[in-house]
Amino acid sequence: MIRQRLLAGPDLSRGPEGLAWHVQRLGPPPVIGPALIDVVESSGLTGRGGAAFPVGTKWRSIARRHAGQPVVVVNGAEGEPQSLKDRVLMTARPHLVLDGALLAARALRASRIAVVIGESHRDALASMSAALAERPEPELRQARIVIAPPRYVAGESSATVRLVGSGIARPTTRPPSMHEAGVDGRPTLVQNVESLAHVALIARFGAGWFGAGTVLITVVGAASAPGVLEVEPGTSVREVFAAAGGGSRATRAILLGGYFGAWVGAGKAWDLPIDPVALRDRGLTLGCGVVGFLHDAGCGVCETARIMRYLASESSAQCGPCFFGLRALADATARIGERGSNPEDLARLHRWSQEVAGRGACRHPDGAVIFLRSALAVFAEEFANHPPHWRAESSQPRRIA
Amino acid sequence: MSAKAHLTIDRIRCDGHGLCAELLPELVRLDDWGYPIIAPGPIPDHLVAHAQNAMTACPVLALALKRAEKPDDGRNPRHR
Ligand SMILES: Cc1cc2nc3c(=O)[nH]c(=O)nc-3n(C[C@H](O)[C@H](O)[C@H](O)COP(=O)(O)O)c2cc1C
Ligand code: SF4
Ligand code: SF4
Repeated sequence: MIRQRLLAGPDLSRGPEGLAWHVQRLGPPPVIGPALIDVVESSGLTGRGGAAFPVGTKWRSIARRHAGQPVVVVNGAEGEPQSLKDRVLMTARPHLVLDGALLAARALRASRIAVVIGESHRDALASMSAALAERPEPELRQARIVIAPPRYVAGESSATVRLVGSGIARPTTRPPSMHEAGVDGRPTLVQNVESLAHVALIARFGAGWFGAGTVLITVVGAASAPGVLEVEPGTSVREVFAAAGGGSRATRAILLGGYFGAWVGAGKAWDLPIDPVALRDRGLTLGCGVVGFLHDAGCGVCETARIMRYLASESSAQCGPCFFGLRALADATARIGERGSNPEDLARLHRWSQEVAGRGACRHPDGAVIFLRSALAVFAEEFANHPPHWRAESSQPRRIA
Repeated sequence: MSAKAHLTIDRIRCDGHGLCAELLPELVRLDDWGYPIIAPGPIPDHLVAHAQNAMTACPVLALALKRAEKPDDGRNPRHR
């Protein structure tokens, strides 16, 4: 259930925790170099930016490279519009994030740290800048804050690397991977802010203490008290709903993982665990931790059309299949929403969503079509029988964010 | 070398000229917007020469033959 670790300490309403309070509450971070890689690896910590990749494995792979001193990119872009957990964490516990970044830098013998923060996350920017200014001189010189434009793909790992290196927040073609040649051609670690905050605690209290850890999630949609929660993995979707105040209406479907995630019918979703690894093993994802509730008056088709339109408009327009493909998919979904179901558009959605997958420089189109395919499955009924919009009084699109 | 060659495309470079599909229809077809879809799997031996032709013919040099699978860059195959 609810368990406060990253967000333990003073109430969030009291704003950023300053350095003095942070050190008094948790003690200073230990002085530990590359030995931390083993500790992080055995803790089992997985990345919280969406892919749930083991953090220790990534560090080890970077530590093996010899192409110059590594760079650490702290990913606080939080481009997903429904997610709030990264900005809440940066705003309330900036020193936890900085500790994690500095520990990672020492473990990898990295000389530079770039903290990438989304331009519209004003509180997070202010808090992180103030926290950095409180740090001792050598740390202050090592790290800098880089502002990311408010775009969905700005937080993609190669886009953050390109942003830090040349000011352009668009993805690049791989290979080379960021591990091999990232910022200025150096091996580069791109790590989500929450992942690094966990590292700050693991370094202090040990891999054994970490246990299963905790997860920050953002509850959105038809819950009475949406917002950021910190929960133990294994907490069920039902328990999360209750913790977010429940809702006055029946829930139809749940969007797990945000816009890159998947719809799950409410019946199947209630007992699912909020656990990045367990969900991945079931072919689902916790993604960046967004858990959205669609109530029974919401229309799955219209909601999906709205999100597809957004994702299409957020393509960085560098790759044809992503730029044209997502636009065509969004158009076809919107046509079904507005003019009613038709077999041609439905067939196109199925075919295109297969064809577009895997054909971009980054995984933006992949995330979008995984999301769309889940909608086609969960809302199959509605996609097949959607009335034209002017007759669909009961199917007004309901924004869940 | 035992690893078979795969045809890969730099998706950012590719302009959808479609020449590759003309030169190598056995392995490349075009999607509804004119961008290439490559048949999965390694290039059969008898098509390697054709694939090399297509590679040099691509006006923006977006095609490449790769011996090994893409190295793991630490991202989950599924997401983000
Ligand atoms: C289109 C796209 C957008 C992404 N946006 C973010 C983001 O805003 N923040 C983030 O931490 N990761 C984002 N990611 C994931 C990053 O590419 C990367 O996997 C992550 O930052 C690595 O950190 P982690 O292993 O700690 O999760 C995005 C990925 C994609 C494909
Ligand atoms: S796949 Fe889409 S978002 Fe990613 S680099 Fe290409 S055009 Fe940009
Ligand atoms: S010839 Fe080159 S630019 Fe044209 S479609 Fe093929 S890969 Fe793309």
